[in-house]
Amino acid sequence: MDKGMKKRWISLYVENQVGVLAKISGLFSGKSYNLDSLTVGTTEDPTVSRMTIATVSDDETFVQIKKQLNRMVEVIKVIDFTDIFVRMKEILYIKVLDVTAEDKTELFQIAATFKAKVIDYGKDSLLLEFVQTATKNDAVIKLIKEEFRHIEVVRGGSVGIESISMMDR
Amino acid sequence: MKQISGNRLLVKALMEEGVEVLFGYPGACTVDISDELFDQDSIKVILPRHEQALVHEADAYARTTGKVGVCLVTSGPGATNLVTGLATANYDSVPLVCFTGQVARSLIGNDAFQEVDIVGITRSITKYGITVRNREDLGRIIKEAFYIARTGRPGPVLIDLPKDVMQEMGSPEYPKTVNIRGYKPNRSVHAGQLKKALAALSKARRPLFLAGGGVIISRAGQAFTEVVEKTGVPVVTTVMGRGAIATDHPLYIGNLGMHGEYAANMAVNHCDLLFSIGTRFNDRITGKLHAFAPKAQIVHIDIDTASISRNIQVDIPIVADALDALEKMMEYVEENPCSKWLAQIHAWKQEHPLAMHSVGDELNPVDIFAEINRQFDNTILVSDVGQHQMLAAQYSAITSGKQLVMSGGLGTMGYGLPGGIGAKIGNPDRPVVVISGDGGMQMNIQELATAVLEELPVIVCIFNNGYLGMVRQWQKLFYNQKYSMTDLRAGALTRRTDFKEHPAYTPDFVRLAESYGAVGIRVTKKEEIAAAFERAKTNAATPTVIEFILDPEVMVYPMIQPGGTLEDMILDN
Ligand SMILES: Cc1ncc(C[n+]2csc(CCOP(=O)(O)OP(=O)(O)O)c2C)c(N)n1
Ligand SMILES: [Mg+2]
Repeated sequence: MDKGMKKRWISLYVENQVGVLAKISGLFSGKSYNLDSLTVGTTEDPTVSRMTIATVSDDETFVQIKKQLNRMVEVIKVIDFTDIFVRMKEILYIKVLDVTAEDKTELFQIAATFKAKVIDYGKDSLLLEFVQTATKNDAVIKLIKEEFRHIEVVRGGSVGIESISMMDR
Repeated sequence: MKQISGNRLLVKALMEEGVEVLFGYPGACTVDISDELFDQDSIKVILPRHEQALVHEADAYARTTGKVGVCLVTSGPGATNLVTGLATANYDSVPLVCFTGQVARSLIGNDAFQEVDIVGITRSITKYGITVRNREDLGRIIKEAFYIARTGRPGPVLIDLPKDVMQEMGSPEYPKTVNIRGYKPNRSVHAGQLKKALAALSKARRPLFLAGGGVIISRAGQAFTEVVEKTGVPVVTTVMGRGAIATDHPLYIGNLGMHGEYAANMAVNHCDLLFSIGTRFNDRITGKLHAFAPKAQIVHIDIDTASISRNIQVDIPIVADALDALEKMMEYVEENPCSKWLAQIHAWKQEHPLAMHSVGDELNPVDIFAEINRQFDNTILVSDVGQHQMLAAQYSAITSGKQLVMSGGLGTMGYGLPGGIGAKIGNPDRPVVVISGDGGMQMNIQELATAVLEELPVIVCIFNNGYLGMVRQWQKLFYNQKYSMTDLRAGALTRRTDFKEHPAYTPDFVRLAESYGAVGIRVTKKEEIAAAFERAKTNAATPTVIEFILDPEVMVYPMIQPGGTLEDMILDN
């Protein structure tokens, strides 16, 4: 059954109406589809919202997900982002607490390596901001978790748009 | 232009949509609409006795007329009583537009009296649902609702109407056209795919048609029959597809699935091409998935893309309305003489014909169906859910002009009687016969009042076996005959340790029918069956309730265990 189990992305154009988000997320819970992340915001047209959805699913389930989304009245368009050229980033905040001066140096190095910004700073804490792919964010979280015991993580979920040139992610 | 209230626009919209019947139950949030409806007489207003039954009535009205069923109920409990009916209609793809009252916008979210989030509650069991938040959107939303309900794969649409929106004055315009950017139902047939499917059909050596409820919904029975006859390929149907081709047609084998005929299930098991139309391969028809049609290439025509390749992997998918596809097929289909295959199917039919062994002196349900088949033409047969339903699916002759209606997908007990009422309201000139169990009958028995007052001569057959028979059947076969929670005569008396005799059946259906003003007849012997129906036919003024006293040991065979395969088929012996 788990043929082709992997992470996939969908971009959706939906009516910007009350209840649409509940309807989409309800589809995932009602039909037991995995919902890894979901972001939503209005577009250049205020009557239209755009969602980026990440889901871990096998081939068959993913086809079903797309079909089920497509047939919703409120869904205007479904684009499968899994295998096309897209620009897709996620914002991630990591607050690291109980850090020593040594820790801080290391965190600045990590920030430099991962092109993160140190956006806030306290006596024994540091706040990092990453804007990169969700996969890279996964890696960063793993790394920092290993090194530091007391952290807080907030992530936004991927937002994506089709590339203009043939460039990925 | 003179402004009108939302309430008045609603009634105007219903008229412009050509609505002839509205099923409604009033309350505080919709009393203004009731008031508007009082002042017109082009829409007949039916007042059922319970909102669940109300939806079933609108549902059966829609299934038997092809029109959209229209419901109006109040907020809160009126709205929550819709839930079962909406789910029933949604599963069986029935076009409904249901209006629910709602508290005023300023009160929404306050836990106001009789406020519920009905759009939220019904989100997963409707095709579309919306609260009208602005008076200027009302006309467009109603127009879209009717369009969404009846096009594509039909289904129920719910419109929630806050009381103050409905009181607000606004434009009297009702739009003429619809344009929903996210909803463009498919009306074309992919010619390339269709030709591929037909090539496979003509090459197959053991081809088989499988017709589901989609063929009935798109009223494609005649087109289907013509295609079948042109090809000479045999047919099985799902329970919901029964009647897609006349059940006495020489190429018709029977229903497949859990209680399907031996020959039909064998044919599915051995065919090398399964040409299926309008079915979603529900688990009740497939049994264990990997053992379903194991040798077959599968063609699947369905209006709903999401029904294709969900349960069964399909080789040639075609997204199309059944009627559109069948009409296109007529241009291309060729004869596929498969006499050896037909002979094999015939042999299977001989090996285990559909039959019920006599149960002593007791009434045999098969004799009841034989009499219904013989005495009524043009009938609409509406069934409830249970053993009697599966027997109806097996033994009812659905020949030209007849229709079988039931809650197939959800299996809703309590559908039968209101279903019969809705069917009769939509088809006053056709005989309507309801088949119900003693359990299901009591789930909406209050509708006898509706039927009597509307002067609907529906013939209501109660198959009284004293038990929740279908569940009892599972207990008899798979649970060591422990009849837990299925004895409808159980109660305080039977809980006392040494009871010898059951109490009398409650209620006395014959006297109950009479107290409603209907005719009640009790049948205990085979000889009485014909006369009971003869008498029912002469009663044109009220419903006739015929109670058939049946042996609880009557089982529905064949039976394939849930999740089982053909090897597990239990036959009557
Ligand atoms: C609303 C509802 N509740 C429970 C069930 C489960 N169920 C399916 S068949 C059945 C028994 C029906 O009994 P009865 O109406 O007497 O018909 P019979 O099977 O005896 O012919 C039950 C309880 C159901 N389908 N619907
Ligand atoms: Mg019973």
